[in-house]
Amino acid sequence: MNLILKNARLVDNSIVDLRISDGKIVEIGSEFEADSSSTSITTTHDLSKDLLLPGFVDLHTHLREPGREDSETVATGSLAASRGGFTAISPMANTFPVADTAGVVEQVFSLGKEAGLCDVFPIGAVTEGLAGKQLAELVAMADSKAKVRIFSDDGKCVFDPLLMRRALEYVKSFDGIIAQHAQEPRLTVDAQMNEGKISSKLGLTGWPAVAEEAIIARDILLAEHVGSRLHICHLTTAGGVELVRSAKARGIQVTAEVTPHHLLLTDDLVMNYDPVFKVNPPLRNESDVNALRAGLADGTIDIVATDHAPHPSEDKDCEWQAAAFGMLGLETALSVVVKAMIETKLIDWSKLVDVMSINPARIAGYSEHGQKIALGSIANLTVIDISSNWTVDRNKMASKSKNTPFHGMSLPALVKKTFFNGKLVHDLVGGKQ
Amino acid sequence: MKHLLSIGDLEPSGILSILDTAKQLSLVSDGPMKKLPTLRGRTVVNLFFEDSTRTRISFESAAKRLSADVINFSAKGSSVSKGESLKDTAQTLQAMGADAVVIRHSASGAAQRLADSGWISAHVINAGDGTHEHPTQALLDAYTIREKFPELVKDFAGLEVAIVGDILHSRVARSNVLLLNKLGARVTLVAPPTLLPVGVESWGVNVSYNLDSIIAKMDVVMMLRIQGERMHDSFFPSAREYSRNFGLDSVRLASLKSKAIIMHPGPMNRGLEISAEGADSLKSVVLSQVSNGVLVRMAVLYQLLASADEIESVESVEKVAK
Repeated sequence: MNLILKNARLVDNSIVDLRISDGKIVEIGSEFEADSSSTSITTTHDLSKDLLLPGFVDLHTHLREPGREDSETVATGSLAASRGGFTAISPMANTFPVADTAGVVEQVFSLGKEAGLCDVFPIGAVTEGLAGKQLAELVAMADSKAKVRIFSDDGKCVFDPLLMRRALEYVKSFDGIIAQHAQEPRLTVDAQMNEGKISSKLGLTGWPAVAEEAIIARDILLAEHVGSRLHICHLTTAGGVELVRSAKARGIQVTAEVTPHHLLLTDDLVMNYDPVFKVNPPLRNESDVNALRAGLADGTIDIVATDHAPHPSEDKDCEWQAAAFGMLGLETALSVVVKAMIETKLIDWSKLVDVMSINPARIAGYSEHGQKIALGSIANLTVIDISSNWTVDRNKMASKSKNTPFHGMSLPALVKKTFFNGKLVHDLVGGKQ
Repeated sequence: MKHLLSIGDLEPSGILSILDTAKQLSLVSDGPMKKLPTLRGRTVVNLFFEDSTRTRISFESAAKRLSADVINFSAKGSSVSKGESLKDTAQTLQAMGADAVVIRHSASGAAQRLADSGWISAHVINAGDGTHEHPTQALLDAYTIREKFPELVKDFAGLEVAIVGDILHSRVARSNVLLLNKLGARVTLVAPPTLLPVGVESWGVNVSYNLDSIIAKMDVVMMLRIQGERMHDSFFPSAREYSRNFGLDSVRLASLKSKAIIMHPGPMNRGLEISAEGADSLKSVVLSQVSNGVLVRMAVLYQLLASADEIESVESVEKVAK
């Protein structure tokens, strides 16, 4: 199967044609015609000067399979990913059963292969059952077919400092990385939202910034002490950004992510108690949002990760305290980042490719992703119409769930096509589906 | 007014209007016929997910004095304890024809969810939601203040009010701060720093950690119930230490202005936040608060249910006239 992509705009604004064969970019030039002498069929896509980017890579996804297939499956999550321009996603370990054995991660990995819409590289649990007591069999997961490199107890913090130290040390043998959900549990008992002006008025138990920052500070010191790589999940506070910035300046191997929703939304949205805005870590205030944007722009924060967290309607259609934490993210990620970062002129498209594709692929070691658009690169690509807007409709999501906080919002940038290993897996014809 | 969810939704004129209505209703209640036919045929549901006999009885008597039918739905021993959701419970009540739902719930924001979510069309009255608000308590407190300071007709300008105790967990404090600020009173919150919320500086009140330093200039001292179990979460070291520093004891009672009043939303912990002398003193208006609670809740039910009807009937008459 051969492809020709005509009139593709690259981030340097040049317009080129590309020829793709056997999943790889084999020629870049102009005015390509289908090779009539070739025996294989060639399909031509005219991209009409839309932007062609490397496919995005999400290091923080929740797919709910096995266990909660009512809210998302690997297949529906993969479809949501391809519609969002992602060619690789990493589902977190908090499934039922927990992804803490080679068996479960291989199951998720092979479900991803079956869906065939993007690479699904599972994240393994750090501790058995996410219980924070005993290390899971990390090498078994690393050596499995799923080749797990990222480990996280996401949703729960690896709180025990000794266990965290051991985990950081242990994964060095296969260049693994621990992705920490930084949340001091004692400071966040029953926490419902960001602690501050709004929580004081609403009478909701606060989730203070210090609970995130205390763990980040501790783990940076641990990573420095044992010389390991540390990844901080979903940074949300100005203080957290500052800790990572100074750690990087000292040469400590720390990377960090930010979610699209924390780049755009603030805690005043909680005022009506609508649980669609309930997320962990919580929405913070405007000065935090500005610090996160600045941190992403200056490289303190390495990547955008969605924390795509589907929940069935009954877990959101209830009182705030009873509701589940989490928001959908895959299908809106690009547009939200464009709105928060590009429309504000904080970054350009080349930097967006860094934070949504190249950097996450490098951190995780997903060598077939995050490749520059160049000869010989794997054709994991996405096509973006940067001049159109669309209105988010929770009833038209590929995800099985509807809990998007962006419902009804008009957002910039449309993901028009996604190619996974040279195969067209998403094609938007005539407006957003 | 469709619902009563938060004092924050009311204008000062709306607050005064409820208090004036309650005053008018008190004239009836003092007469030989305590019962008014106003809400005959209307159904008021008391939906209580949290035990609160006092508040439930108060709403029940208010509704009955207006001739409404009252259904008491207590979450304990009901389908809620079997895992039924707020949504399903609410829709069940709706199907039974509730015109107004008085809801008490342990989750902050539960009343607003009930009103906003489109689950039901009935009027919603917040009878206390978690640690958020208890608007009818603030209204009955304001009514009681007006009764004791009759010169305060149009607003509470110049009135010095202290609210003492567990501000962090108090829905009574939140509603009272909003109401007293709207009517122009000067509010001072008095508590150990552990029992004040982060963000309290945005409330537009004074904060003091020292009851003795402010008590002598107060016109109203509102004591909040302190829950002994808070000491297990290290909000304070012991009940005795709390009581020594923040309890209304006989010495502090003696330092009050001659015209000052003592309020308490009840139930009181005698010997903890308030001494027996304080609770039983002539300055205490605790029992007036209870009886005024019925009047104010009558006024709220009346304004939500009856006046909506009256407006409707007036409008239809006007249409016919055209």
